[in-house]
Amino acid sequence: MNAPLSRREFLKASGALIVTAGGSALAGDAFAQRSSSVGVSVSIGTKPPLAPAELDSWVAIAPDGRVTAFFGKMDMGQSLDIAIAQVVADELDVAVDKVDVVMGDTALTCNQGGASGSTGVYLGARPLRNASAEARRLLVQAASQKLGVPAEQLRVDDGVVSAVSDPSKKTTYAELIGGRYFNHPVEWNKQTGNPMDIKVQAKVKSPSEYRVVGKSYTRRDLAGKVYRTEKYVTDISLPGMLHARVIRPTRAACTVASVDEKSIAKVKGARVVRDKDFVAVLAPREWDAVRASQMLKVDWNHAKQAPFPEMAGLHDHIRKAPVVKREEGTKRGNVDAAFKTAARTVEAEYEWPFQSHASMGPACAVADVRADGVTVWSGTQKPHFTQLGVARLLGVPPEKVHVIWVYGPGSYGRNDAGDAALDAAMLSKLAGRPVRVQGMRNDGIAWDPKGPACVHRARAALDASGKVTGYEFVSKGFSRINIQTNESDPSHSLVGMSTGLPPKPSEGFGTPAESYGFESKLLAWETIPPLLDSCSPLRTAHLRDPVGPEIHFGSEQFVDELAHAANEDPVAFRLKYVTAPRDAAVIKAAAEKAGWQPRSGARDRSGDVLQGRGIAYAQRGGTIVAAVAEIEVERKTGRIHAKKFTVAHDCGLIINPEGLRYTIEGNVVHGTSRALFEEVQFDRDRVKSVDWMSYPILDIKDAPETIDVVLVNHPEIAPTGAGEPTIRVIPAAIANAFFDATGVRMRRAPLSPDRVKAALAQA
Amino acid sequence: MARIKFTVDGRAVTVNADPGMPLLYALRDDLKMTNPHFGCGLAQCGACTVHLEGEAIRSCVMPLSAASGKAVTTLKGLGTPDKPHPLQAAYVAEQVPQCGYCINGWIMTAAAVLKKNPKASDAELRDALAGLKCRCGTHVSILRAIKRAQTQMA
Repeated sequence: MNAPLSRREFLKASGALIVTAGGSALAGDAFAQRSSSVGVSVSIGTKPPLAPAELDSWVAIAPDGRVTAFFGKMDMGQSLDIAIAQVVADELDVAVDKVDVVMGDTALTCNQGGASGSTGVYLGARPLRNASAEARRLLVQAASQKLGVPAEQLRVDDGVVSAVSDPSKKTTYAELIGGRYFNHPVEWNKQTGNPMDIKVQAKVKSPSEYRVVGKSYTRRDLAGKVYRTEKYVTDISLPGMLHARVIRPTRAACTVASVDEKSIAKVKGARVVRDKDFVAVLAPREWDAVRASQMLKVDWNHAKQAPFPEMAGLHDHIRKAPVVKREEGTKRGNVDAAFKTAARTVEAEYEWPFQSHASMGPACAVADVRADGVTVWSGTQKPHFTQLGVARLLGVPPEKVHVIWVYGPGSYGRNDAGDAALDAAMLSKLAGRPVRVQGMRNDGIAWDPKGPACVHRARAALDASGKVTGYEFVSKGFSRINIQTNESDPSHSLVGMSTGLPPKPSEGFGTPAESYGFESKLLAWETIPPLLDSCSPLRTAHLRDPVGPEIHFGSEQFVDELAHAANEDPVAFRLKYVTAPRDAAVIKAAAEKAGWQPRSGARDRSGDVLQGRGIAYAQRGGTIVAAVAEIEVERKTGRIHAKKFTVAHDCGLIINPEGLRYTIEGNVVHGTSRALFEEVQFDRDRVKSVDWMSYPILDIKDAPETIDVVLVNHPEIAPTGAGEPTIRVIPAAIANAFFDATGVRMRRAPLSPDRVKAALAQA
Repeated sequence: MARIKFTVDGRAVTVNADPGMPLLYALRDDLKMTNPHFGCGLAQCGACTVHLEGEAIRSCVMPLSAASGKAVTTLKGLGTPDKPHPLQAAYVAEQVPQCGYCINGWIMTAAAVLKKNPKASDAELRDALAGLKCRCGTHVSILRAIKRAQTQMA
């Protein structure tokens, strides 16, 4: 095979194709070097290598004028791709239907960080907006030359460039560059992942010029998912592919003593692969792999000492555990002094359990490891980091690893998908064949990295008038990054740890995100050591809105407790203390839409079914959200039915109102599930939550009847995220409604029927 | 091993496999009809639902032998983009998807429910669909879609 021409050779050879568009204000060595030889150009024939500093890495125009946007994040189900298409369409002045969005393929997209922290629009859209504006600028310049009309006298309508004064003088994007490439450098900010951005010469549009952004366009995955015309990662099938099941130990902290390969002799074609404590079975047929995994006899060395505390003692364990790291997020005034002079103090503690991602299906990945390169199909949130992780695990250069993101069976954080991807790669290497691995239900609940259990200590000082003069909220719990947010380091994967890579835990938690202007205030967090260093089924990592629901379950209940102590309405109390005007506006919007009225008298609590309403509010990454929950509590059964939610949401400029509404709805229901039902069960040496019976989640019987959403639009403010902010206020809104209904505080999540019954019996 | 004959979406098929193997693996692995998903293997989530002689069943626990001589319908047999089942059309109209992995279970189960009880009330629907899982929290829009389909089917 002929080696492809180098970039420079090609540029020299294809000079005839170059449409020179003159000088450029762009800075940067790379640009200066190239501009001296070829100038700013469009329509050169080959695509430059994938790099953030190349315009062609972001946007392309096909011969038929269709536009492709290359997006280094992915839509995990909230219809992010249509929002990206809208942004690109507006900057390029093409119809949104003409914009295709390619997502999460490491050969086609730059590492924009994958699905992460609700940054899809907030950070992810920025380079695509800039690239699209730059592409438009170059195309208008090229049209100017072609038509002999100054650029400022041209307009673009749906990819047609025409003279303002004479519409018959026109050309199209397709004619100008269709099927060819810009070969145009842009200034990359040298950041990889979420903050990746580019600077361009073109000026992006102002919000007042948007025609597409701000309107609801239908999401694009409907047919693929509803008629199943689209493949999921579970559907990928390769010639010669083997099916695999990884054998996780039945108890934590086990090592492999021996594997009895004869125990699966009866399963035709099945075999065992093993590397240290990493054991798996492989078979040409999937059912045979499942059967072999059930039949395989493994003798495990059990740990001398059980690694976990009794489940009932979990939160005492957290209280007593040594602090590995402490960080103070906010420190204002002298809290201790406020307590010394307080007329009254209020104190409370709140507890949150371990929770599982418990994705809809256990994770799956397909890998094909060959001498000349590795291909992995994965539903991971972070394909570019998977690429690094696979490369490091197998000892090959990252550029030899191609990760293709495909719809997967669920996400919402660092779930089991990252482990499956690295498992598949290791297994394909060991087997010398393409391998498809999927977990069983147990693998997706007992063995995914968990959301951290924690305890929150809160105290406040009030003066004689009821004013809050001192406020302290300290969270203590397992690190949210005991396992990293992505699988780029194999020592953060089960296969890495079970083949002997030492785990490298990091410390991180968080503090309440609000603007309460209490006179003195301390917000802090403390992390404690993991229960088990390596291969722990209770290792902790990011779960949707990492530590957001956990923290605000405490902090937003505590604010309610202060309102109660000050004998004030919870809405009025919050409005009295929030200092950010947008926060106040959101709280007011939720309260107004919900028809919130201050209570004039005591609640009637005589019946079997009690009713209550509660509010909670928080910020997250620039977004502000408030939710009012209206619930019913059945005294006899302990069942809480959260019947209605009213959510007010401000994430700056709204790109797609309908998509935003659905995203908020999903947050509300997921948050309700976590608040009412979800808790990982464990004993001294294993996780006992292995399926949907032992890890119950919200059932449709318990789904809300109504979710009212008020979208607060701020076109003048750059958009922030929506994938996670709402979930953080839901547990506290429900718990505050529970107090309103019953007069009883639930300071321990989840508010499961048993716990509710017990709390009401004690009251 | 046994040769088991049945129909899938109107097409006659023969699968040569362990008769005790769950039907799901025959559909996905032998026949490459991947519409039903593996979700739990325990009949606890519904992702694998197909119709056996018109009844919604969990193919992850139903032995292949139970399909012998019978008619199996998958989501693709229920409807297509050109000829959608009213529930599929309603799912599209209401834009229900988030990750989409659960959709098969809800649509196949709801189709069987509506066949028996086209005017099912909200409470009856919630009862009939109990046990199905959705992790993205689309429950509210699922109910909206089913109610829309009921109107279409009336």
